Amino acid sequence: MAKYTLTVNGRGRTVDTDPSRPLLDVLREDLALTGAKYGCGEGQCRACTVLLDGAPVTSCTMPVRMAVGKAITTIEGLAAPGGKLHPVQQAFLDATAMQCGYCTPGMVLRTTALLKKTPRPTEAQIVESLNGSLCRCCGYTSIVAAVRMAAALGTSAAKPANSAKGGKRNG
Amino acid sequence: MPNYSYPPMEQRRVMGKRITRLDGMEKAAGKAKYNSDVRPKGTIHAVGVFSPHAHARVKSVDTSAAQQAPGFAAVSVVAAPGAEVNWAGQEIAFVAAQTEEQARDCARLIKVEYEALPHLVREENLAKAGSRGKPAGEQVTGDPEAAFSAAGAVTHEAEYGIPVITHCCLEPHGQIVAWDGAANKIEYWPSTQAISAVGGDLAKQLELPATQVHSHQDHIGGGFGSKFQSDLWGAHAAKLSKMAGGKPVKLYLERREELTIAGVRPSVFGKVKLSASASGEMTGWDSTTWMTGGFAGGGLNADLLPYVFRNVANRRINHTAVSTNNGASRAWRAPNHPQVCYITCAAMEDLAAKLKMDPMEFFLKNLDKTPRADTYKAQILKAAEMIAWKQNWKPRGSSTGTVKRGLGLALGTWGGAGHASRCRTTINPDGSVLIEIGSQDLGTGTRTIITQVVAETLGLPMGGITLKLGDNNYPASGASGGSTTVGGVSASSRKASVDALDKLFAAVAPALGVPADQLEAVDSKIQVKGNAAKSMTWKAACAKLGVSAIIAENANDPRNPGGLTTGGVGGCQMADVSVDTETGIVKINKVVAVQDVGLVINPKTSDSQVYGGVIMGICAALMEERVMDEMTGRFLNADMEFYKLAGAGDIGEIEVHMDITPDHDKRGVIGIGEPATVPTIACIANAVANAIGVRVPVLPLTPKNVLNALHNTTRRLA
Repeated sequence: MAKYTLTVNGRGRTVDTDPSRPLLDVLREDLALTGAKYGCGEGQCRACTVLLDGAPVTSCTMPVRMAVGKAITTIEGLAAPGGKLHPVQQAFLDATAMQCGYCTPGMVLRTTALLKKTPRPTEAQIVESLNGSLCRCCGYTSIVAAVRMAAALGTSAAKPANSAKGGKRNG
Repeated sequence: MPNYSYPPMEQRRVMGKRITRLDGMEKAAGKAKYNSDVRPKGTIHAVGVFSPHAHARVKSVDTSAAQQAPGFAAVSVVAAPGAEVNWAGQEIAFVAAQTEEQARDCARLIKVEYEALPHLVREENLAKAGSRGKPAGEQVTGDPEAAFSAAGAVTHEAEYGIPVITHCCLEPHGQIVAWDGAANKIEYWPSTQAISAVGGDLAKQLELPATQVHSHQDHIGGGFGSKFQSDLWGAHAAKLSKMAGGKPVKLYLERREELTIAGVRPSVFGKVKLSASASGEMTGWDSTTWMTGGFAGGGLNADLLPYVFRNVANRRINHTAVSTNNGASRAWRAPNHPQVCYITCAAMEDLAAKLKMDPMEFFLKNLDKTPRADTYKAQILKAAEMIAWKQNWKPRGSSTGTVKRGLGLALGTWGGAGHASRCRTTINPDGSVLIEIGSQDLGTGTRTIITQVVAETLGLPMGGITLKLGDNNYPASGASGGSTTVGGVSASSRKASVDALDKLFAAVAPALGVPADQLEAVDSKIQVKGNAAKSMTWKAACAKLGVSAIIAENANDPRNPGGLTTGGVGGCQMADVSVDTETGIVKINKVVAVQDVGLVINPKTSDSQVYGGVIMGICAALMEERVMDEMTGRFLNADMEFYKLAGAGDIGEIEVHMDITPDHDKRGVIGIGEPATVPTIACIANAVANAIGVRVPVLPLTPKNVLNALHNTTRRLA
């Protein structure tokens, strides 16, 4: 066992854990951050995606010791403190880019990382970035549409979430 | 008898609108709680010990070392010495400890001795099945032999196969369960498609009255037909909880177990002979099919053959279910249909090629053998227009170059009428409205469409309705399977809400000075029909209730749905593919889906179902296959590295068309989750055959299988 201070969503969090335990388990079990999901345990489905210094990683295959000293962002840390959705989250909502929603946190975080690096991605770049993130409900059409929508909103700039023209759309 | 009919299509304000899903906000925010996220205070963890043998007798189970391990809480043995295990992955024991890691350590310390026995895990060679095959009786209509030997008849005979595939839900099967032994009460958080029934199923396993189990679920990470029961892991997790003094036990399967024992779709292999006249009139069908649904056998309704075109004059059907040493099959989105659709539409495409006929013309010519010729004709013509069939279709194998392009089509059908469902509507004196229904939202949009129906009925905005589901304390509603949910819950919530509104009308009629049946609820007001000037606000109307809320409960009766829901839809899909004949890689250019619908409550969520269904079909057509090792009897690719699913880059362009029209609207609500996935596999397989000039007989359309077909090195089935 070892004591680590992790920086999670901008806050220092101390955990006492086996150094080789997956970051995913520490986030979910010790820190009650359940947005990242267990899907396969081997980094293949990417439901467990979190950002480490802004880059997407599969937290189910990452020993917790490797995350020390890095900024960990989980889906819970993406929205503004008041709960206002991040533009990528808003785009996923507006595009109905989910069914069961289990893969959504991973998809949203991977898109956030993509748009930070490549604010105006081509269709091929979107597909390449998301191709390994699996959705068993098979909502890829609307997921890719959501990424396009988020890119159009200019997510890389620190624009407020309300630029997405509100959450509910009737008709 | 109140009038429960929906208002005419053009008068609806909320139903029929593309309203954003109500669960979208929590899901986008990462706040949606799945039961695998639930962690009541004091939760301990359990894992299983599973048989490594496909067939064995358990000689001994020694848990003593595990019981001394750090953190140990309780152990429950499933397979006692002497028990026979019949598939690799069968449950031997479950053990609980303070942490998941400790539980895993405990499981490793459980020593099990087995006597290995002979196994059969593969079914594609029927001759090897021997007595494990259970033939169903032969069915004959007309005289198939006469049809095949008739003057001028063109016959085609070939083998086809579609392997076992898995549900592969991203959220594995499992539950949190706490059994308070003193009170004999169980709190139960399963990942389930049947919140009203699964608690009773657990109670039955534990020999308790159903009243003792309280089931909860907000969200589920996929089910697709595999999550109806409480399962052995549910019962043993409960027992471990009781043994551990009532502490909540969390027991979720890991990916390997999930794929191995938590449900698969049965395979189908078969030899088909069919015939047509030279002009393309299909005259005869003879199929000998076999499949496995696991150790228990069963699992395919061969009576559906030839699929859709079942009214062919001369028909012979033989079918054998093979018991293999594999985990049991479970319902899988549109049980039976995708498999028999493939066998039928592939054989028909092959015969059309032999007739040198455009398969679309061949299908059109034979629609008199289907139960809905007019629907299919319109759908085929629409799909053909969407994919530019006339411009792009070329005779089989005439595509030139190394990358060859082809088109294919297939037809599907499904029921989709609403299941039994009860709903309770409460109108409170402060104007708030509560809907309680023992249903579940699999992510299909159930929350959203119920709220739309109630908002429409009560003349309120969506935000004026509070909906509660996912709890077996609410009025019971059916399991979500077979596309039956939308029809069931819309009808029950409509009826309960009409009843509640009628009571409100009765309470306010005197104040408005007209009989109650002259009132209507529109725009958050109760008004005299057609006279908006004579009205009172919803809030003022509800205030007339004094201290008594209105509570109304009503149900959808599947035997008498009163026109609110019906079943029976057709669908046509066409695929445009490119196949690299050097690498064997199949690329989907486009799939078009023309889906028959009834009354559509929310086109946004229904679109989502059809897109999802098509993409699920693409996964199965191109990638999915359970690979069993004959030697060890194990499932070789029971992980997500080698059990492949399509990603965003594999799906090509998808175009969906649904006829949302007053004529179809009159049919009432029909579920479309299942039918949308039925024809996809077959139309892609047909497009590949059209492109490369030969049939890839056994799916999936992997590079290996495509290259084998191209080089004529496909292994014969038997």
